[in-house]
Amino acid sequence: MNRKQRIMVGRIALTVLMTAALHFLAPTGWLRLALYLIVYFIIGYDILGKAGRGILRGQVFDENFLMAVATVGAFSLALYQRSGDYLEAIAVMLFYQVGELFQSYAVGKSRRNIAALMDIRPDYANVYQEGKLVRVDPEEVPVGQIIVVQPGERMPLDGVVVEGFSSLNTSALTGESLPREVKAGNEVLSGSINMTGVLKVRTTKPFGESTVAKVLELVEDSASRKSRSENFISRFARVYTPVVCYAALALALLPPLFLIFFQDAAWSAVTFETWIYRALTFLVISCPCALVISIPLSFFAGIGGASREGILVKGGNILEALTKVRTVVFDKTGTLTLGVFEVNAMHDGSDNDMHAGAEQLLEWAAMVECSSSHPIAKSLLKAYGKEVDHSRITDIQEVGGKGITARVDGRQIAVGNETLMRDAGVEPCHCRTVGTLIHVAVDSRYAGHIVLGDVMKPMAKEAVARLREAGVTRTVMLTGDAKAVAEQVAAEFGVDEVYSELLPADKVTHLERIMQAYPEGKVAFVGDGINDAPVLSRADIGIAMGGMGSDAAIEAADVVLMDDEPLKISKAIRISRKCIGIVWQNIILALGVKGACLVLGAFGIANMWIAVFADVGVMILAVLNAIRAIYVRKV
Amino acid sequence: MEKSFKIEVDCANCANLVEHAVAKVAGVKSVSISFMTQKMKIAFEEGAEIGQVMKEVEKTAKKIEPDFEIL
Repeated sequence: MNRKQRIMVGRIALTVLMTAALHFLAPTGWLRLALYLIVYFIIGYDILGKAGRGILRGQVFDENFLMAVATVGAFSLALYQRSGDYLEAIAVMLFYQVGELFQSYAVGKSRRNIAALMDIRPDYANVYQEGKLVRVDPEEVPVGQIIVVQPGERMPLDGVVVEGFSSLNTSALTGESLPREVKAGNEVLSGSINMTGVLKVRTTKPFGESTVAKVLELVEDSASRKSRSENFISRFARVYTPVVCYAALALALLPPLFLIFFQDAAWSAVTFETWIYRALTFLVISCPCALVISIPLSFFAGIGGASREGILVKGGNILEALTKVRTVVFDKTGTLTLGVFEVNAMHDGSDNDMHAGAEQLLEWAAMVECSSSHPIAKSLLKAYGKEVDHSRITDIQEVGGKGITARVDGRQIAVGNETLMRDAGVEPCHCRTVGTLIHVAVDSRYAGHIVLGDVMKPMAKEAVARLREAGVTRTVMLTGDAKAVAEQVAAEFGVDEVYSELLPADKVTHLERIMQAYPEGKVAFVGDGINDAPVLSRADIGIAMGGMGSDAAIEAADVVLMDDEPLKISKAIRISRKCIGIVWQNIILALGVKGACLVLGAFGIANMWIAVFADVGVMILAVLNAIRAIYVRKV
Repeated sequence: MEKSFKIEVDCANCANLVEHAVAKVAGVKSVSISFMTQKMKIAFEEGAEIGQVMKEVEKTAKKIEPDFEIL
C-alpha cells in the first residue's frame, strides 16, 4: 500500500467510527448538522476539491463531479426537508471511497504482479577485471567479453558457452519447463536461468540487441497498442458521463413541470424533492469506473499470462483479432517440420542408387552450398560431415529460389532444383522416390541428385487437429518444395490445402489470394521468420515461430512464439478467447447492472444506497473477473 | 521520432482523458497512454522541438489531471 492509500484507510476508519458515535449520541439541531458536516468533509474533501477544480477548468463531467453533486444534493435535501437524515450522503461518499481504494489497491497489485511475471531483466553480469570477478551492469558488457554465470543466476546476455556444462531453465523465455542441457560451443539466450554448473560464456550481442532486451521491449510496448474494445470504452466514457448528467437534470425538472403545466397541479402539491432525489440516485449509478478500469486490466492480464507461456502478443488489438482467426496458413519448413533435412538417398543420372560416386556428389553439393544459410545447405554440410576447404571454391552465386552455382577445383558446378538445371542447359532426371531433390550438374553435365527428407515435428499433426477444435475452419500450407513432397506432408498432417513450388515472393501473392477468397474471419500466417517477413506483415495476424531467430520477423510479426512448438498456435487462440470472453462478461455485467439501476432509480424503486452498492460492487466484481485473464496455463 | 515516458497516473479514466487531450497538442503526431504499464508513448511530428512540445504536453496533462506526473 502506498502513502495515498494508507491515508485513505485512515479516513475511512475515522469516518466509520465517527458515524457510529454520532448514531448513538444522536445530537439534534444545528450541532447535528455541524458534526455530520465534519464527517462528510473528512471522507469527501478530495472529491469536492477535484470536482471544484474541474468546474473551474471547464472539465465538468467526471466521476468526482457526479459524486459531489449527488452527495451535496442529498445533504441539501435532508436540510430542506428538516429530516436530519445526513447519513445517506456520508454513506454514499464512504462506499465510493472504499470502492476507489479497493480498485487502486487491487489494480496496482495485479499490475505489479503481471509486470513482475514479464520482467526477466537481468540485474548484473559477472566479468573478470584484473583477475577478480566483479559484477557490472549488463549494458556495459561489450561483445566478445567472457562472462561467468553461476548456478541460480540469470543469463545476462546472449552468447556462446566456452567452458563448463550445465542445464538451463528457459521457461521465462519459452514457457518450456524441461531444462535444456548446454556445453561448450552451445548458444545460450539471455533471460534463461543457469541451474546446475558454472558457465563461462563469450557474449555475442550487446545488451540492447540481446533476447531479453527484445522481449522486454515487445512486452512493454504491447500495452500501448490498444484494442478496439478499449478504444470503444474510452470513447464511451467520454460521452456517457455528460449524457447521464443531462438525463439526471431532465429527470429532476421535466416530470414535475409536466405535472404542473399539463395536469394543472398546483406548485405546492408537486414533490420536487422526490424527483431531485431520483436524479441524484441517477448520478451515483452513472460512474463509468467499472468499465474503464476492468477492460484494459483484462487485456493486460491476458497478454501477461500469454507471455508467461512463451507467447508474446504485441497488443490488445492482436489478442482481439486472434479470436476471429478462421484460416491458418503455414509455411512448411520450420513450422510443421523441423527444417532439418536428412539425406535419404543419392541417385545417378538414370535414377539408380549411387555407390562409388556418392561421396563425390555430396562433396560437390556441400562445397557449393558452404556459405548459404538455407536449412537445406546446413543439412548437406552436416551430412558431408567434413571441414570445407574454402580455397577450392570460387565464384559462388546464389540464384534465388533455384539454387547455387560455383566453381570447385576449376569445375563449374550447379546445385539446386530442376529449374536451375534447365537454366544451365541440363535435363534433370525424374526421381522415383518422394522427397526434396537437390540436383547436381558438373560442367553442364548431369551428375545425379540427392534426396532429402524433412524431419517432421512430433506435435505437428496434433497441432493442426487442435486448431480445428479451436474453431479454425481451414488450414493451408505454403512451401517451396516439390509438389509430391508437399502433398505427402500435407496429407500426413491433415492440412486442407497445399500450394507447392513457390518462390519466396509468390508466398505473398498466394496469401493475398487466400485472404480475398475468405473475407469473413481473419487469416493468420505462421512462419519461422527466415525470409518470410513480408508474408508475416501482410497477413491479418503474423505469427513468428522459433523465438528470437530473426529481428525482421519479430518486427513484422504480431505474435512471437518463443519456442518452435506448433501446439502454441491453438493455445494462443484459446488464450485470446478467454481474455475477450472476460472483457465481454465485464461489459455486459457493468452495463446491465447500471442500466437496470438507472431504470429502477428513475421510477423511485432504487434508492441511493442501492445505487452506490451497484456502482462499487460491479466495479469490484469486474476487477476480480479481469484478473482471471492471467491464469492461462490450463486453457 | 517516438519516445516513451514513465508516468504516474492514478485512475484509468484520467489516463484516457489525458491521452485525448495530449493528442491535440501541436507537435504530437500520436500518443498512447497505458495506465497498466504507467507509460506514455508519444510520436512527434517531423521537425518538432521535443523539449518545447513536452512542456506543452505536461501543461495540458496537468490541466486535466493535477496528479499526472511525468517522471
